[in-house]
Amino acid sequence: MTERHNITLTINGTAHRVAVEARRTLADVIRDDCGQTGTHIGCEHGVCGACTVLVDGDPVRSCLMFAAQADGCSIRTVEGLQRGADLHPLQQAFISHHALQCGFCTPGFLMLAAGILEKRPDIDDQELVDVLSSNLCRCTGYENIVKAVKAAAREMRARA
Amino acid sequence: MKPAPFQLHTPATVDEAVTLLATLAPDDGRILAGGQSLVPTMAFRMARPAHLIDINRIGELRAITAAGATIRIGACVRHVAFEAHEIPGATGALLRKVVHHIAHYPIRTRGTFCGSVANADPASEWCCVLAGLDGTVVARSVRGERRIAAADFFQGVMTTALEEDELIVAVELPLLSKDTLTGFREFARRAGDFAIAMVLATYRLENGVIADPRLAVGGAEMHPRRIAAAEDALRGQPPGTAIFEQAAKIASAAIDPMEDQNNTKQYRRGLVRTLARRALESAT
Repeated sequence: MTERHNITLTINGTAHRVAVEARRTLADVIRDDCGQTGTHIGCEHGVCGACTVLVDGDPVRSCLMFAAQADGCSIRTVEGLQRGADLHPLQQAFISHHALQCGFCTPGFLMLAAGILEKRPDIDDQELVDVLSSNLCRCTGYENIVKAVKAAAREMRARA
Repeated sequence: MKPAPFQLHTPATVDEAVTLLATLAPDDGRILAGGQSLVPTMAFRMARPAHLIDINRIGELRAITAAGATIRIGACVRHVAFEAHEIPGATGALLRKVVHHIAHYPIRTRGTFCGSVANADPASEWCCVLAGLDGTVVARSVRGERRIAAADFFQGVMTTALEEDELIVAVELPLLSKDTLTGFREFARRAGDFAIAMVLATYRLENGVIADPRLAVGGAEMHPRRIAAAEDALRGQPPGTAIFEQAAKIASAAIDPMEDQNNTKQYRRGLVRTLARRALESAT
């Protein structure tokens, strides 16, 4: 039952070779085995979205995927958003618009927003709100989160 | 919580998968597709399968293919695939109307059409589509292939005609004729939550009157189904508020709604009446 799978997770461009039990979720392995603790774990059953990461470009709940399933995949987490000393436009916008209070949900929101804006830079505001409705902020800072993501979307379009 | 220990199997072909399933199903082996329903139930320890057969690495299951008057949706096609505009005609238009109601975007990037069908949650939108369009479930086992009509497939809450050694390899849906109007409405208390009721409606116009009406109700009963009495009321009538309201009233009277602590039978009946009228009115 404790058979381990030798897998390689490429997280923000760095390959992590780890041996994991099948039951270990991607979220746990990113944090505990690969040491990337920026990804947060909230509900552990796919409701809160705090653990959202990009797997081969798609935002997924990393608590609803087993790490062994991500063998060979390219994973991006909140640690990979910043470029050198420059914050990602989403990170800057979250600061400028006071889009975080306790910060627990922030990595999930950032990766969700990064994922959708990279795929659909011209997404309209209504659809954006619909996408953002998938994640929970128990500080209830939704207004400012939506403002920040809209601002970042404009900034990302201007830079493109 | 964390899922209980299990053994993971990763077949590369359907043949390998069904061979594994034949061996492991009696030993509490289950198929893992998108995992967006199974993994949470494992986290709650409500499901503790001894073996999971992960079909995600089977390339042949990833395609949506048109074959004559049907489209075939492979077992690993994810919900998000239907947001893109690749399926032609009225069936494609209907699927694009429905897909946004399914959970949330990051769930739709992993969850699969066929997985929803196998799970047979009464609140599943794809199950309602399958029932409403009279699609076909294509199941494979080491014993061969079996084609199951939607009306025979759904048997109760999360209960289907699938045998324990059978894997759904695809679902086939008819390509509705180009002039078919389609509408879909559901009600949930929060965006992305499980629907309390949903209604799918399609029809064509022939000499100004309704032809080939389909009206399916999901979420309200143990499993989705077409409501023949409501369709009979629509057939041959010119479309309009009065006939839509009449069909909606018939549909709401024809069902035997489920009851839970938040939703009485009467409430679900009322919802179905409203949603049926709106689905018909919104059909384009």
